[in-house]
Amino acid sequence: MRLIARRIVLYLLTAIVAITVNFFIPRLMPGNPVEVAIGHIEGQVTPATIHALDLQYGLNTKLSLIGQYFHYLDQLVHGNLGISFSSYPATVTSVIRSALPWTLGLVGLATILSFVAGTLLGIVAAWRRGSWLDNLLPAMTFFQAAPYFFVAILIVAVFATKLGWFPQNSGYDTTTLNPGLNWPFLSSLLDHAVLPALTIVVGSIAGWIIGMRNMMLTTMDEDYVLIAAAKGLSNRKVIGYAARNAILPSVSGFSLAIGFVVSGSLLTEIVFSYPGLGYILLQAIGSEDYPLLQGIFLIITFTVLAANLIADFTYSFLDPRTRQEA
Amino acid sequence: MSAITGTGPLIVEPIEPIIPSGRRRTRMLQLPKSAKIRVGLALALFFTLLAILGPYLAPFDPNASLTTTTGIPQAPSIHHLLGTTQVQQDVLSQLLAGGRSTILVALIAGIVATALAVLFGVAAGYYGGWLDDLLSMLANIFLVLPALPLLIVIFGFLSKSAAPNDLLIGLVISITGWAFGARVLRAQTLSMRNRDYVTSARIIGERGWRIMMFEILPNLVPIVATSFLFTVIYGVGAYTALSFLGVISVSHWSWGTMLYWAQSAQAAQQVHVEWWWFLPPGLAVGLFGTALALLNFGIDEFINPRLRAAGLSRRALRRAGLPSRVQLGLTPVIRTRAQAERRSA
Repeated sequence: MRLIARRIVLYLLTAIVAITVNFFIPRLMPGNPVEVAIGHIEGQVTPATIHALDLQYGLNTKLSLIGQYFHYLDQLVHGNLGISFSSYPATVTSVIRSALPWTLGLVGLATILSFVAGTLLGIVAAWRRGSWLDNLLPAMTFFQAAPYFFVAILIVAVFATKLGWFPQNSGYDTTTLNPGLNWPFLSSLLDHAVLPALTIVVGSIAGWIIGMRNMMLTTMDEDYVLIAAAKGLSNRKVIGYAARNAILPSVSGFSLAIGFVVSGSLLTEIVFSYPGLGYILLQAIGSEDYPLLQGIFLIITFTVLAANLIADFTYSFLDPRTRQEA
Repeated sequence: MSAITGTGPLIVEPIEPIIPSGRRRTRMLQLPKSAKIRVGLALALFFTLLAILGPYLAPFDPNASLTTTTGIPQAPSIHHLLGTTQVQQDVLSQLLAGGRSTILVALIAGIVATALAVLFGVAAGYYGGWLDDLLSMLANIFLVLPALPLLIVIFGFLSKSAAPNDLLIGLVISITGWAFGARVLRAQTLSMRNRDYVTSARIIGERGWRIMMFEILPNLVPIVATSFLFTVIYGVGAYTALSFLGVISVSHWSWGTMLYWAQSAQAAQQVHVEWWWFLPPGLAVGLFGTALALLNFGIDEFINPRLRAAGLSRRALRRAGLPSRVQLGLTPVIRTRAQAERRSA
């Protein structure tokens, strides 16, 4: 459990760094953040809004910088991320809340799929050395090196535009359907999720395959694997012993990968006009909606930290040595 | 080895001077025999040339609208080898002109991030104590902090106050790219800190920085190289993503900005897929990354002999006298021809 405790401290520190960066960046820019905000808000700005903005940034309240910082923390704890410039008068929190489930669903599903399939293929690639899988590695490397959004553009061009198998964009058929728990909506949802999910899987699977394959090759030289084979256990069992131990670095590498995957899926969503965080991120950039940008950054950071924590728990569950340490 | 040159007083019999130097040379030349390294090197060289010469080779001004009579992207023709964009700019010229910025930013990010990784990683591993705790924590924070959203926030504000500048872009990207290398280098330094040659250097009274630079660092070269290639790949990806999002000025030509314009014109969603617009920049980014990744595989196989055997095709395995099925308990070792000859001699 000491490992978990150490990781939690690390995640808290990371969260504080992210919050601090978020606090200081608007204040390092020339000009008063409230004036910048008023300049960007589209539509009528009432004196009440100006007052609200003053309060939000803690300006004109004779607070010191430290005081402003704690004021900012207090606002965060209450879930107040400010007002979105581009969809004024909606708050950043409400804009993000409507987009977050889309991203979580898409990324979560695609990542699990990619991890499971990639790990299994990695095991096969290590066991059957020199098979067709090894020859595929350079091609997979290309898809990993190519940006996610380029893979997404290719997939749209081939499977949506040319072949017409799947829809080109958005999260469901917005013209005829309303969200609800009924079959037409759910099937439309699935239909629209296939290509974005495929993009994320194609973009991330090579890393899992290569990592697992290389670790398997090392593990298969261990004595306990040799003994398992010498005892006359079936191939399947022997592979199982080796794989169980080789998978550990993949699980701990998960924390590194998840940040990349989330970033990649934001870009994927943009190509597919998928109504998740990536899509509102693009809008925020286009309309210089800084509060929304910062809000998205914070939410993604917190989500990634949570995913990391889950990976850590899994790791300590899989590897008894980490539990024994304390 | 240097005594066997035929001139030393100890050598009585005449020895063909060709053998030692010749053998050494073949060993040097044998390293790139791996197809991965050869392809990777060739591609990397090609892209370096492209970055240097590209803007001079561009047949047109990448910004210029070459005709105003049509608003439809033109497919590749003899005049425009890669076709045109919606506003009739020459795609080939954009590709050639945009390569420099893309590769330059990636290299700057790679060099600066690797320098930071070496500095922080080796110092943390060598000195240990509170410095190690502090630097390791810093590295871990940067590892879990999602890089792209952070970069978007930084550039979102930065692009208001500064014009796009490749050096600045590379520097900012490097801030988010050093942590992984630092962690790996720290672990390796830790294992070297108490080796005999380092201890003896310390006893002689060498200063810390000298031990790190001349005793420890030379042993870390393969890891530094891997970490550099890794960060350059990261740099290309990050820069392309940022320009694709439009956070960096969209009139600053790079492969990412080309994809930005192609996407905003929905080139992939048009009935006649305008492939000539998005395919070249995307392929260029992907191939550049692949080249560096191949070099990385090559280095990995150079360091870890197990991977060297695993990378061979079935036919190559047979030629090397190895079974294509895994034999447990046996680590297949591929020898270079020179080593094999020496063994049989």
